Amino acid sequence: MGIYSCIGKNMEEVRDSLFQGKSGIILDPERKSFGYRSGLTGLVERPQLKGILDRRARVMLPEQGEFAYMATVEALKNAGIDDDYLDSNEIGIIYGNDSSAKPVMEAIDIIRDKKDTLLVGSGSVFQTMNSTVTMNLSTIFRFKGINYTLSAACASGSHAIGTGYHFIKTGLQDMIVCGGAQEVNIYSMGNFDALSAFSIREDEPAKASRPFDRDRDGLVPSGGAATLVLESLESAKRRGAVILGEIIGYGFSSNGGHISNPTVDGPVKAIAMSLKESGLDAAAVDYINAHATSTPVGDAKEAKAIDAVFGGARPPVSSTKSMTGHECWMSGASEIIYSMIMMKEGFVAPNINFENPDEDSARLNIISKTFEKNIDVFLSNSFGFGGTNSSLIIRKRTN
Amino acid sequence: METTEIIEKINHFLVEEFEVEPGMITPQANLRETLQLDSLDYIDLVVVIESNFGFKVKAEDFTGITTVQDFYNYVVAKAGNK
Repeated sequence: MGIYSCIGKNMEEVRDSLFQGKSGIILDPERKSFGYRSGLTGLVERPQLKGILDRRARVMLPEQGEFAYMATVEALKNAGIDDDYLDSNEIGIIYGNDSSAKPVMEAIDIIRDKKDTLLVGSGSVFQTMNSTVTMNLSTIFRFKGINYTLSAACASGSHAIGTGYHFIKTGLQDMIVCGGAQEVNIYSMGNFDALSAFSIREDEPAKASRPFDRDRDGLVPSGGAATLVLESLESAKRRGAVILGEIIGYGFSSNGGHISNPTVDGPVKAIAMSLKESGLDAAAVDYINAHATSTPVGDAKEAKAIDAVFGGARPPVSSTKSMTGHECWMSGASEIIYSMIMMKEGFVAPNINFENPDEDSARLNIISKTFEKNIDVFLSNSFGFGGTNSSLIIRKRTN
Repeated sequence: METTEIIEKINHFLVEEFEVEPGMITPQANLRETLQLDSLDYIDLVVVIESNFGFKVKAEDFTGITTVQDFYNYVVAKAGNK
């Protein structure tokens, strides 16, 4: 696994932030002067890749591609995948991404100004396409298996992992690099801000993202990238890999309703489907990483859905978006990593800023302070615009 | 713009923007074979020429440019006539 986020640029930094309940949210004055209703955002610095990647590779990479590169370097290293392995094995990539706003805006500005498409340069088309992350990473890392981007709004990263899981489960691939990436530049979230979906608690950035809390007033956009290496059990055993966890359930559904207003039934269906595939009872789930983004309606609907499936069991629930903000296309993958860290280290990261429940969240066991707990099985929810839902269940595996 | 200044500018962006080894840049050097510039790099050459010298290159103009000296000559001729 590898991660590049607003709460840490590698697994160790992120582990510490999760344990400490540290927020990565800031107020960006540039957003305010640009016309945003809310200037709140996760702060993710662009990595300096000169001297690490050659010019041709760098010219092709947009911001979220750079984040994804960093996360993937760390993931491959941690998985023990070296250059020789990359060159002699068929490795796939399925990555979640659903926008590339900055290079689009910059290219259009140049064409409008210069009246000449040639002046956008050679990298523009490769940066602007939605598949920019997978086309770039597959080139840089010489992947030779399945290769595509999955776009499913804020469930992109989760569906990417679920889809990779199916490719491996059906024997079509032995190893797939899965993940999600999200740009954080000023162009990326303007139209989302237009929906008044963002928190305007600008005087307290670290307290703005408060999933499930009674006084939540919207989400905080954020970004980065998260990469996981999925492989078959046979492949992992063959190369003596350290197996961190096992995907045992992937549930999905579509609400078939409003484009932005969530439902209860859709998420219930996805959660129940993942649980059924896992073969476990609800009581066997030790932790739920909720999708909860800190919007009034979304969190309430998810709380109802979790209660509908897990009611009596009341497993610990937290939304790590309270610290990271909403990492959108990346979140379904990053939240698997956050949960994997908790499972490995034996703690539940807090849903910071959860001070007072509302009538829906009061029915859940929401964890507001870090506490030590053995986690053998966790579930992670991701939902997106258009009513796309994804739930993944992971079980700890003892080598 | 003086010819020496144009050559200095070209050499500078070949090193800084295109990461060509300075020692590789000689008048006789072949842009494709020696400096390893490919078809995508030629598009970026158009961009840096426009930003450094203020004129637009047509992609087909590159057909007659093989060496670094050809490139110098082309830009000197164009930059003097813009």
